[in-house]
Amino acid sequence: MSDIEDRVRKKVVEHLGVEEDKVTENASFIDDLGADSLDTVELVMAFEEEFGIEIPDDAAESIQTFGDAVNFIKSNS
Amino acid sequence: MTDLMAGKRGLIMGLANDKSIAWGIAKACAAQGAELAFSYQGEALKKRVGPLAESLGSDIVIPCDVSEGASIDAMFEALRERWDRLDFVVHAIGFSDKNELRGRYLDTSLDNFLMTMNISVYSFTAVMQRAEKMMTEGGSALTLSYYGAEKVMPHYNVMGLAKAALESSVQYLAEDLGRDGIRVNAISAGTIKTLAASGIGDFRYILKWNEYNSPLRRTVTTDEVGQSAMYLLSDLSSAVTGTIHHVDAGYHVVGMKNVDAPDMTLEKKDG
Repeated sequence: MSDIEDRVRKKVVEHLGVEEDKVTENASFIDDLGADSLDTVELVMAFEEEFGIEIPDDAAESIQTFGDAVNFIKSNS
Repeated sequence: MTDLMAGKRGLIMGLANDKSIAWGIAKACAAQGAELAFSYQGEALKKRVGPLAESLGSDIVIPCDVSEGASIDAMFEALRERWDRLDFVVHAIGFSDKNELRGRYLDTSLDNFLMTMNISVYSFTAVMQRAEKMMTEGGSALTLSYYGAEKVMPHYNVMGLAKAALESSVQYLAEDLGRDGIRVNAISAGTIKTLAASGIGDFRYILKWNEYNSPLRRTVTTDEVGQSAMYLLSDLSSAVTGTIHHVDAGYHVVGMKNVDAPDMTLEKKDG
């Protein structure tokens, strides 16, 4: 398990208050982890802060699952 | 001093989460003994505002859609059931279609122009029409603006016009309400990464530019805006009305880039 994956998972657990083992690669923030549309914006902001990157709107919209988030951050930080 | 706002009751409108400027203001007022009520729009915000209000000892959390006069009426009716008097109002509300907060202002649509003006400008006046009746011992009202009202800022577009109109409304409201001892002011806050700002393009670049070029060489925090707001909402500012107070690390006095600041180029990615 990579460091980035760990840090992303920690942010998701913190923000959505879900069990760590629910945050799997294909877990959808909205469908599986109970996020609402504001949660997804707040999560993206939390990732930006944690990794010091900017996630543009169109990219943010394509980040639907935990795996999407990890992949985006891996290729942009 | 820890009781500058003891006995004062205030309505906070526009709290979204703990990154909100409204949250910085609420905390600063509560720390000085103010009693607070909060409004929210929609269930998604209710579940955020409720716990934050509770953490400051408030159980007055009322729905309000400021685009509907009837909804503002209903909020004040609900507030009146709890309080017979209101001392201050914080209006931290603005909205525009984020697709029009990029590209050219010129391309703005009539529908979004009118919606932006309604929610970001008229709502403050509409709220004050009702608040006036509850501010029986005078009061203080505060709204939030941004430098994009005065000068062109990238991507701010139609929101810049809205903030210009909002700032002008502060002056007219100050005149109309002054004879009742109600003061009306605005804070023009520096750039802060809030939920609302997430709709503005290239925001990280704008933050960095402010950090390099403001006289204080940094950005500002919601707590700092909160402290300045507390001053404007308390009797410390009892002779201050109709003013636009810049809480922006001094950025509004700067005429050009600081010569020592690094050159910055926006990284352009495909797509």
